[in-house]
Amino acid sequence: MTITAGWYLGLSTVLFAIGALGVLVRRNVLIMFMCVELMLNAANLAFVTFARELHDIGGQVLVFFVLVVAAAEVVVGLGIVVAIFRRRASANADDLHLMKG
Amino acid sequence: MLHVTYLIILLPLVGVGVQLVAGRRLGDPVAGWIGTAFVGASFLVSVGVYLDLLTVHAPVRTFTQDLWTWIPVDRLQVRAALYVDPLAMTMVLFVTGISALIHLYSIGYMHGDRDFSKFFLYLNLFVASMLILVLGNNLVMTFVGWEGVGTCSYLLVAFWFTRDSAASAGKKAFVYNRIGDAGFLVAIFLAYATVHTTDYQVIFAHLSEIGSANITAICLLLLVGVMGKSAQIPLFPWLADAMEGPTPVSALIHAATMVTAGVYLLCRVNPLLHASPSAALTVAIIGAATAFVAATIACAQQDIKKVLAYSTVSQLGYMFLAIGSGAYTAAIFLMVAHAFFKGLLFLGSGSVIHGLHDEQDLKRMGNLRRYLPVTFLTFAVGWLCLAAVPPLSGFWAKGDVLDNTWAAHPALWVVGIVTAGLTAYYMSRLTALAFFGSDRWKAAVPVDAHHDEPGAHHAEGPVGEPHESPWVMTLPLWILAAFAAVAGVMAIPNGQFNLGRWVDPVFGANLYANHLSGTALWVLGVVDAVVAVTFVAVGFHLWSRTAERPPLEGTFLRRSWYVNELYDAVLGRPAQRLAAFCSDVVDSKVVDGAVNGVAGLVKGSGSLLRRTQTGYVRNYVLGIVLGTVFVVGFMLTRLWWA
Amino acid sequence: MTGAVPLLLAVTTHPSWVDVSVFSVAAALVLAGAVGVVVARNPVHSALMLIMTLFGVAVLFVLQRASFLAAVQVIVYAGAIVVLFLFVIMFLGVDREEDVARDPLRGQRPLAVGLVLLGATGLLLLGQVSHWVTGASHVAGVDTGKPNVELLGTSLYTTYLFPFEATAALLIIAVVGAVVLARRPPSGADPEAADGAEEGAPATGAADGATGAATGAPDRADGSATAGPATAGPATGSTGPLAGERHP
Repeated sequence: MTITAGWYLGLSTVLFAIGALGVLVRRNVLIMFMCVELMLNAANLAFVTFARELHDIGGQVLVFFVLVVAAAEVVVGLGIVVAIFRRRASANADDLHLMKG
Repeated sequence: MLHVTYLIILLPLVGVGVQLVAGRRLGDPVAGWIGTAFVGASFLVSVGVYLDLLTVHAPVRTFTQDLWTWIPVDRLQVRAALYVDPLAMTMVLFVTGISALIHLYSIGYMHGDRDFSKFFLYLNLFVASMLILVLGNNLVMTFVGWEGVGTCSYLLVAFWFTRDSAASAGKKAFVYNRIGDAGFLVAIFLAYATVHTTDYQVIFAHLSEIGSANITAICLLLLVGVMGKSAQIPLFPWLADAMEGPTPVSALIHAATMVTAGVYLLCRVNPLLHASPSAALTVAIIGAATAFVAATIACAQQDIKKVLAYSTVSQLGYMFLAIGSGAYTAAIFLMVAHAFFKGLLFLGSGSVIHGLHDEQDLKRMGNLRRYLPVTFLTFAVGWLCLAAVPPLSGFWAKGDVLDNTWAAHPALWVVGIVTAGLTAYYMSRLTALAFFGSDRWKAAVPVDAHHDEPGAHHAEGPVGEPHESPWVMTLPLWILAAFAAVAGVMAIPNGQFNLGRWVDPVFGANLYANHLSGTALWVLGVVDAVVAVTFVAVGFHLWSRTAERPPLEGTFLRRSWYVNELYDAVLGRPAQRLAAFCSDVVDSKVVDGAVNGVAGLVKGSGSLLRRTQTGYVRNYVLGIVLGTVFVVGFMLTRLWWA
Repeated sequence: MTGAVPLLLAVTTHPSWVDVSVFSVAAALVLAGAVGVVVARNPVHSALMLIMTLFGVAVLFVLQRASFLAAVQVIVYAGAIVVLFLFVIMFLGVDREEDVARDPLRGQRPLAVGLVLLGATGLLLLGQVSHWVTGASHVAGVDTGKPNVELLGTSLYTTYLFPFEATAALLIIAVVGAVVLARRPPSGADPEAADGAEEGAPATGAADGATGAATGAPDRADGSATAGPATAGPATGSTGPLAGERHP
């Protein structure tokens, strides 16, 4: 028995699904952020798998960029969380629904 | 000097520019003197051009000054070109000459007016427009001048626009003229559609290509334009209201020059009229009818200027009667003579009004010959001229018209001679009421309560003694009276100043030849003279002692045959009802309904869609996931079916 | 026995069996960590579970010969990002338990579970029926003969040079953005700044020590007497009024 790329992609899909579910059901902004990271990792895993399957280092380079973007995103996102928390003393995403129609 | 013809137009235009830039600073009276100087210079140039034109030896003395291509659009090539021939030259000479005199007169009449310089601005603009109208060598140029004089007429009638009646009179003049202008425009379109040019001479050279039906149509459409401009039935009521303007304006625009533009235009297109006898007959009938109707109305008017206004309409009717008969020279003769004596009469009435501190009601005048001797003397010349008493110019001019009418349309001659009697009667009535009888003006109420002209003509306190006008006002009276008296020399056959010898070549074979024998002419002349003298005597006898003869001033005549009421009932009220319907129903229900309906639709759908905007981030993420599911589903179906 | 041990060794050290076992363990780690992130009530626990997932992914990277990325994964993700998460959690004091039993948004949870299951199933199906994943399935991979780091570096500095430079700008912007967002607004500029001022409580220590602060805030200094406290600590700038209330 060997581990085919399909296994990796299946794992990636499940991981992504769990992350998406987390974003959907959790209210804590920080945990939602972590779930976003889960989804990014799922994508990274798929990229690396494809890079191997297609013998193209480009997939790994893309993962590298995703890492950088994730880092930047977390920095700014957490900055926003801190700024919001200063005003509202809450990290609950549901509390922030002023932009409703 | 023919090559400086353009200066005739340019000089008044420069005057406009000067008034526009510096008018207010120059003020009263310098602005007036400058305006007069430009028009006077234009007159001098005209004289120079005239003298040069005399040296042209040709069957028809003409000169065309091509300035530039004005509208170069495909086949429509309209050139800004001036066309000088004896007809145009006659017009130019008397337009610039009388304009100069009236400018001079206005310096005195408008003295102290708040908008003194603006008045001269408009007057200069009017002169320039009138000259463009006269000198243009194509229909479009003429139309530009036509609209220009219409605009100036509007501006000047409504010159004292703070007065309601003046403002609405200006509007009325404007609207009536627009109706006519529509006809003029369509006539231009039709001419262009058939011969692809608007140039008079080219059109005349291609008459056969136009076709007789089209010629008649063009003539009748032009006649519509002429009806508006020259106040003929059915578009004549505006001219009486136009008397709300300052009196020099009434004299210049609404008696001497602008209203004769229609006469000029029809003379200009004489080949067209000649080619369409039915159109010519229409012109003659309309002219005769207008002459009669306006004369009857003039018999019952109480406002000195309104009498003169209806008299103008009547005299214009005579000119169209002459044109309709083909007697263009007679029309021009009457036009020139009329310009002199009607300008004189208006200026004289202005002097009376000025002397009486803005009193225009004949019933409040009387015995003014004692207080305004100069005005009376000159006015009397005008009176007898208009009444066609020999040997003054009016007799010769009107006699010329009537002679030709007798030969061409004897039925219309009857109308003409009756109108001549009426003319003599109402003019004598006017003169008797104003200058004879008792000093009725002493009983008059103070003018301030009666007329509220925003000028400086107001009397201080109660009505004082009527006073004679300053020399700038009486000098034009003298000059015009002199011309009015001696203009009959233009009728002397083969004389130095014979108008026919000068103008006839323009019309050539189109001119009507009446072939009347010498005896017939003598008889007709005697009839004219007898009618004139008789009715002068009747009118004078009836009105020199009393101002109250109600049977002779029927309401029907005083209300101008109820024409205004008729138009109001037939056009005004239905139009108002239509407008009310449009505003109350179409606009508020249909248009607003459509707009509000669209707004309501957007609002409704928006309020439905706004439910989706919960503000919860997690709901939005749900949307993203839903989209992902759709994409995945789409790809799955694609793969399955592939 | 002696024969069994080599056999066991042979089985367990056989490349395919190594792969399978390592993959299984790593996948278990990843999934357990992911589930943990989602279900943990305490954000701190979530963060720790996230580390577990990230480690699992790093192992899977190694398994696929992406050794450099595995290192970066551990260093940047586990080492920096998660630490940042933990720091913010601690800083804001939001390590409270969250009620995850029920969702206040009606219908959100069932819809979420349904849609995600649908999407994931669809994706897995897609993986099965499509030919996206073809070719060699040898986990050991083709030996390119070059180290992973060298390959990646060459690619980054040649083909992907411009995006690489762009990431530098992105990082700078992120840093500036974070500074701007986290910066305390100047005192008095915003009435809501007072709310934020409470978070700056440690600064009140400086205000306590400033005897002159009782009479006025440094920005309302009325003389040289308060000049000292004004310079005592810039952090007192916005807490000055607060300190004034506490020590009248």
